[in-house]
Amino acid sequence: MARAVTPQRRWTFTILAWIVALIIFFPILWTILTAFKSEGDAILFPPAFLPPHWTLENFFEVQARSNYFKHFFNSVIIAGGSTILALVIAVPGAWSMAFSPTRRTKDILMWMLSTKMMPAVGVLVPIYLIFKNLNLLDSLSGLTVVLMLVDLPIVIWMLYTYFKEIPVDILEASRMDGAVLWKEIVYILVPMAVPGIASTMLLNIILAWNEAFWTLNLTAANAAPLTAFIASFSAPEGLFWAKLSAASTLAIAPILILGWFSQRQLVRGLTFGAVK
Amino acid sequence: MGKIELTGVQKFFGEVKVISDVDLEIDDGSFVVFVGPSGCGKSTLLRLIAGLEDVSAGVIRIDGNDVVNLPPAKRGLSMVFQSYALYPHMSVYSNIAFPLKMAGTDKRTLDTKVREAARVLNLTDYLDRRPRQLSGGQRQRVAIGRAIVREPKAFLFDEPLSNLDAALRVTMRLEISELHNALGTTMIYVTHDQIEAMTLANRIVVLNAGRIEQVGTPIELYERPDNLFVAGFIGSPKMNLIDGQAAAAVGATTIGIRPEHIAVSREQGTWIGKVNVAEHVGSDTFLYVTADGVGDVTVRVVGEVEFRNGATVHLTPETERIHRFDPDGKAIRQ
Repeated sequence: MARAVTPQRRWTFTILAWIVALIIFFPILWTILTAFKSEGDAILFPPAFLPPHWTLENFFEVQARSNYFKHFFNSVIIAGGSTILALVIAVPGAWSMAFSPTRRTKDILMWMLSTKMMPAVGVLVPIYLIFKNLNLLDSLSGLTVVLMLVDLPIVIWMLYTYFKEIPVDILEASRMDGAVLWKEIVYILVPMAVPGIASTMLLNIILAWNEAFWTLNLTAANAAPLTAFIASFSAPEGLFWAKLSAASTLAIAPILILGWFSQRQLVRGLTFGAVK
Repeated sequence: MGKIELTGVQKFFGEVKVISDVDLEIDDGSFVVFVGPSGCGKSTLLRLIAGLEDVSAGVIRIDGNDVVNLPPAKRGLSMVFQSYALYPHMSVYSNIAFPLKMAGTDKRTLDTKVREAARVLNLTDYLDRRPRQLSGGQRQRVAIGRAIVREPKAFLFDEPLSNLDAALRVTMRLEISELHNALGTTMIYVTHDQIEAMTLANRIVVLNAGRIEQVGTPIELYERPDNLFVAGFIGSPKMNLIDGQAAAAVGATTIGIRPEHIAVSREQGTWIGKVNVAEHVGSDTFLYVTADGVGDVTVRVVGEVEFRNGATVHLTPETERIHRFDPDGKAIRQ
């Protein structure tokens, strides 16, 4: 028998869900509110929830001290580039693992995932040295490649899961119809996997956009994305909470908006295949 | 042209041998049906010919050329799948046009061919639809349309009718038969339904446990089965297989007699027995009889015959229609 959904039960769950959501969202909300406070109001004790005096001054000062748009474009190039590069490698990889698996395929998948369990700092020195020797430090291309490598296991895993849902008959039919491998992938597999590929892309863009370890360690001025832009406001002369918050707000705004508009796609993608 | 020859073809899945030493010649323009119980390897054999599976040993020739190392796309064959395997993201038009697009056919020829195929298959009104908006029969037609536009050397059908309901299956069976007559192209058809096999085929290949049991025309298989397996598999209801004294009397270990080759009488006959069940289907009456010293025998009587359950009947098998088998199950020929 299905459990009865009484009005009380529904209200309880709704309130609980809102509480959890607010707890998760609170740090972001606090950052955004602080961005509109003056430096003095930002360190008030006890803290003021809403800014006593709303001001846009922090935003102007942040832009004056550092070029937001340059960092923004760096972020776009790094996040977008690493995502596209990851897909170019992952689509054929996931195809082969989903449709012509060998006895070792599961092991390879686990091994790829296990690299995500290693702390990134463990390979910082070798990667730093490789970058130094190849003149890739503080370059957009170098950072794009590193972030692609960091997220590649997740991209392959997600695509593998989506591809497993596609009936192999349809791919075989395309082979019988004269499609060679790349045509099979371009004309049949990719269009059928669009929802899965789209949500993988979105997730990877978000992960790459927010990545702070490699972007901070491998860049200086030229290739610094928005994460470095935020970090630059925790300056040696002291913390400026309001400016730091303004910088953070500016940095997360694009990805927040992207996430907001694509939430349906994201949720659908992340639960794809969970229920047949 | 579409002559297909298999020589010493074997297939292993890991350690398991699923196809053992198959030799087979399929003439150009013939309609060959692979039939056998589930798991006998008939679909695997078809997929080996298609190139969707690699052979473990042996040679497959199409029009004299060894195709073992050619990918499916290069073998010039078309296949219709049990699941139809239509491209769900494409319209009916694009589905049918896909093989031509892959072959680089120019736009005008492509359009003419797609529309002609659609006309032949009564799909003209559905060209803009997606596969999910079609009924089972229409989907099957689209799959056939996709197969015929590229004018293949041979068509491969992998149980194409098993997802359809009984009435539609009969209609589609006729359509496939007419298609073969119209095109004259070699067709290889896999089914587990021996009625489909009997009605469609010029030649039937009976498979069991990865081996060919017998190859022949439907009538040859019906009248002269090589062994017990074929005798029991072809024909509906099944041939009666009788061991013991009744068999020994004619110098065999087992004898086979089809239900339609036994005469029934109320007065006299070779065997005497009791009717367990009488099934009336209008055109025929099927009697399930337990005969003394013989065992259970199925008898088919043409027309409507009144027999009560439990009634005593006399059965007389037609002597010249008795099939005799040796201890290995092989047919003993006169």
